[in-house]
Amino acid sequence: MSTESIPWPSATAGSRSFVDTLHEWVTTVDHKRLGLLYIAYALVFLLIGGIEAIVIRIQLIRPHNDFVSPQVFNRMFTMHGTTMIFFVVMPVLFGFANYLIPLMVGARDMAFPRLNAFSFWMTAFGGLVLYFSLIGANGLYGAGNAPDVGWFAYAPLTSQTFSLGHSTDFWTLALLVSGFGSVGTAINIIATIVCLRCPGMTLAKMPLFAWLNLVMAGLVILAVSPLTAAQIMLLVDRYLGGHFFDTQAGGSAVIWMHFFWIFGHPEVYVLVLPAFAFASEIIPVFSRKPIFGYPVMVGATVAIGFISMSVWAHHMFTVGMGAAANTFFVISTMAIAVPTGIKIFNWLATMWGGKLEFKTAMLFCVAFLFQFLVAGLTGVMLSAAPFNWQLGNSYFVVAHFHYVIVGAILFTLFGAFYYWFPKMSGKMYSETVGKLHFWLFFIGFHLTFDFMHIPGLLGMPRRIYTYEPGRGWDTWNLIVTIGVFFQAAGILVFLVNLLWSYYRGKPAGSDPWDAWTLEWSTNSPPPAYNFALIPTVESRRPLWDLKHPDDPDWKYE
Amino acid sequence: MQSRGSNRWHGLRSPILLCVCCSTTAVADRVSPLSPTNIFAPASTPAKSILGLSLFVLAVTGAIFLVVFTLLLYSVVKFRKRKNDDGREPPQVYGSNQVELAWTVIPVLIVVALFMATARVIASVQKTARPENAIEVIAIGHQFWWEYRYPGLGVVTANELHVPVSDTNNPTPTLITLLSADTDHSFWVPRLAGKTDLIPNHPNSMWIDPHEIGVYLGQCAQYCGTQHAKMLLRVYVQSREDFDCWVQQQTLPSKGGGRASAGQHIFETTACISCHTVAGSAANGRFGPDLTHLMSRDTIAAGVATNTPEHLRQWIQNPDAIKPGSLMPAMQLSDQELDALTAYLETLH
Repeated sequence: MSTESIPWPSATAGSRSFVDTLHEWVTTVDHKRLGLLYIAYALVFLLIGGIEAIVIRIQLIRPHNDFVSPQVFNRMFTMHGTTMIFFVVMPVLFGFANYLIPLMVGARDMAFPRLNAFSFWMTAFGGLVLYFSLIGANGLYGAGNAPDVGWFAYAPLTSQTFSLGHSTDFWTLALLVSGFGSVGTAINIIATIVCLRCPGMTLAKMPLFAWLNLVMAGLVILAVSPLTAAQIMLLVDRYLGGHFFDTQAGGSAVIWMHFFWIFGHPEVYVLVLPAFAFASEIIPVFSRKPIFGYPVMVGATVAIGFISMSVWAHHMFTVGMGAAANTFFVISTMAIAVPTGIKIFNWLATMWGGKLEFKTAMLFCVAFLFQFLVAGLTGVMLSAAPFNWQLGNSYFVVAHFHYVIVGAILFTLFGAFYYWFPKMSGKMYSETVGKLHFWLFFIGFHLTFDFMHIPGLLGMPRRIYTYEPGRGWDTWNLIVTIGVFFQAAGILVFLVNLLWSYYRGKPAGSDPWDAWTLEWSTNSPPPAYNFALIPTVESRRPLWDLKHPDDPDWKYE
Repeated sequence: MQSRGSNRWHGLRSPILLCVCCSTTAVADRVSPLSPTNIFAPASTPAKSILGLSLFVLAVTGAIFLVVFTLLLYSVVKFRKRKNDDGREPPQVYGSNQVELAWTVIPVLIVVALFMATARVIASVQKTARPENAIEVIAIGHQFWWEYRYPGLGVVTANELHVPVSDTNNPTPTLITLLSADTDHSFWVPRLAGKTDLIPNHPNSMWIDPHEIGVYLGQCAQYCGTQHAKMLLRVYVQSREDFDCWVQQQTLPSKGGGRASAGQHIFETTACISCHTVAGSAANGRFGPDLTHLMSRDTIAAGVATNTPEHLRQWIQNPDAIKPGSLMPAMQLSDQELDALTAYLETLH
C-alpha cells in the first residue's frame, strides 16, 4: 500500500482556461469528480428547498397570515418536498457513495464510469425539468406555476380534471428522469462493491459504509421501479386516455397510493441507510474503538432492507383498508423497530468505554443518535394504527419525518461533510466555525421540530396554508418558525466554512483523524487513479493493522 | 390587510338558535383549555379507545427513551477524552453475542406487547357490529365543503353535521358513510374519532357516539386542492329531543317568498341554480351546498364565516375575498340585486 502519488497530466497543469476546466468537469467519468458534482448540485437545491421552507414557515407564523396566496403555498410545499427528497438528499448521498465507495473498497473507479456520468446528468436534468415548470407549465403567460399536488401527488388531484396546464407533467417527468439516474447509480454501486473489492477484502471485511450502501442500492432498484411505473401510468392517464387513476371512469385512487408508498417507504431507508453508513464510520474513529458487533450490524441492515419492503401501507392507515390489512402493517412496521434499535445499541456500545473526541463530525453524530432515537419512538407511535388515525396527516407526522430527514439524515450528512472534507479538498476546515454551525443548527432544529409535534396533537392537519385562531396552535407555530431562522443561519455558517476552508484552510494531510479505512491511505485529495498500488487488506481496519503491527485486527475478527 | 380584515369572519362563540320549535339551547362548548381539537380530550368511544392505546404506547416509548437517553448521556459524559489523556488507544472491543442477544430479545418482546394492544383496539373500532338504532349519515367530500345526507330521515344539509348525543342509557351511535365527489378528503374531528379518508370510488365508513352535548370542531385532513385549509368541520351533538326537532325542521319546505320574491327571481334566473338546491323551488343543482335551510346554519363557506347577512352578501359578491380558490364564482350582481338576493337567502329557514 503506497501513499506516493504518480504525476497525472491533468493535475499538474498549472493554469488552464475556464473553458478547459468546465469541459473537464462536464465530460468527467471520474467517480470523485462525479461525486463532487452530485454534492455541489445537491447543495444548490438545498438552498432552493430551504428558501421554500422559509416561505412556508413565514406564512404559518400566525393564524390568517397572508404572506403568500394559497396557490403559492401549495406550490411551495410540493416543491419543497420533491426538491428535498429527490434533488437534495438522494443526490448528496449518491455523491458521497460515489466518492467514497471505490476508495473504501480499494478500487480505482466505479465499475461503470460512463454509466456513472450518465446517471448524474439524468438526475441533474430531472432537477432542471422540475424547476423549468416555473416558466414551462403554463407558458410565460402563467409563469410561476409550479406543481401543486403535494410530493406524493395523490390521485385524482393529478388528473387533467383537477390539474390543468403542465405543472403536474413537469413533476412526473422530473421524477421519471431522475429515477433512471438513481437506478443507474444503484446498479453501479452494487457492481462496484460486488466486483471491485481489493485483494483480501471479503464481504465480511468491507467497511460498514459499503455494506449499508450495498443494501441501499438494492432498495433503490426495488423501490424506484414502481415509482417509475406509476409515473408512466399517470402520463398515460393524462395524455393517452388511460384510466388507471381516473376515479370517474372506474379507476382507483387507492392504487396510486399503493404504488407511491411501495416506493415511498423503502425510499426512507434509501435515505437513512447512507446516514447510518456515515455514523458507522465516524463514531468508531472518534471513539477510538472498532464498530461494536459488526456482523450484527450487517444483519440488521439486511433485515431492515427486507422488512422495509413490507411496510408501505402504514402510510395508508386512514384509507380504509380494513382491520386485517391494518393489523398486518402494524406488525411489519413495528418489527422494523427491532433491527433499527439494535443499530442504535451497537453505536452506543461502540462509544462505551472509548475515548470520545468531540470534533464537529462527532458532535453531529451524537446529536443524530439522540434525534434518531426520538424519531424512531415517534415512528413506533405512528405504527400503532389507531394512534395513527389521530396523528396521520397532522403536524405530528410532519415533525416525525423531519426528525428523520433533518435530525438523522441531514445531521449525519453534516458530520460526513466535516469528516471527509479534508480528504476531498486536502484542506482542514475551521473547527470553531464548525462548532458554531453545529450549535446554531442544533438549537434551530429543536426549536422547529420539537415544537412542531404539539400542534399535530392538537388537531392541526398538514398542508394547510392558514389556520383558525383559537385552536391553541398559534404559539407553537410561532416558535417553529423562529427555529427556522437559526437553521438557516447554521447553513450559511456551514457554507462559509466550506468555501473559506477550501481557499484558506491549512493542508490536511492524508490521514488527519488517525482513521482506519482505505481512503485515508491515499493522498488528500486522492489522485485520479486513487491508489498507486491496489492495496491488500487482512481485516476491516487495514490502517489499524498498519499502525499497530503488534496488535492487528485480523487476529481477533 | 386581509389578515386583519379576515378576522371578522371568525369568532363563532355566540349561542345559537337550534331550531324553531324547540326552546333555544345554548350549546356549551365544553372545550379543553388547550384546544378544541385536542386528541387527548376525547368525547366519543372511538376517540377514547384510541386515547387509551395512545397512553400505553406513550408510556412504553417514554420508558425506552429514558433508558436509552440516559445511556447516551452517560457515555458522552463518562467516556469523553480527558485533557490529561495518555494518548493510548482504549481497549478494542469487537462485540459480544450475549449483549446482542439481550438487546434483540427485549425489543422483540416490547414489540409483541405493543402489537397485541394495538390489534385489540383496531378490532374494537373497526369490527364493531352495527346497532339497530344507529343514525346513518352519508358524508360527501367536495372541493371545498361537506355534504351530509341522512337517507333514513330525508335530510340534506351541508358543512354542519347534526347528531344526537349517545349516553349509556340510550346509546345512539352515528354511522357515517364517507364518499367523495371529486378528490381525496379526510374526515377528522379529533375529539370524536380518528380520521378516515373520503376517496372517490372507494366508499369508507366510520362511527361516532358522542357522550356530551356540544359543538365539535375539525377539518379536512387530506390535501384536496387550493382551499384544503378552509374545509372546516363542525359537528353539533344535540340531545335526542333537540336532534329530532332539528330533523323535523329540516324536512319541512323552507319558508321563502314575500318581500324577498325579487331575490328569489334573481336566484332562479341566474347561475345560482346550476349548483344549489332549494327544495320546492326551481333550484335543484347538486354541485354546491343545499340551501333549503341555509338560515338554520351558523356558518357559511364550510365553517369559514359566520352566517350573517353581511357575510352572505360579501360571499355572493366575491367568494375569493373570503376563500380564494373556492369554486363558487363571483356573481357580478348590482348592489340592488345583491340586497334582494341576500334578503331571499335570509328567508330560507
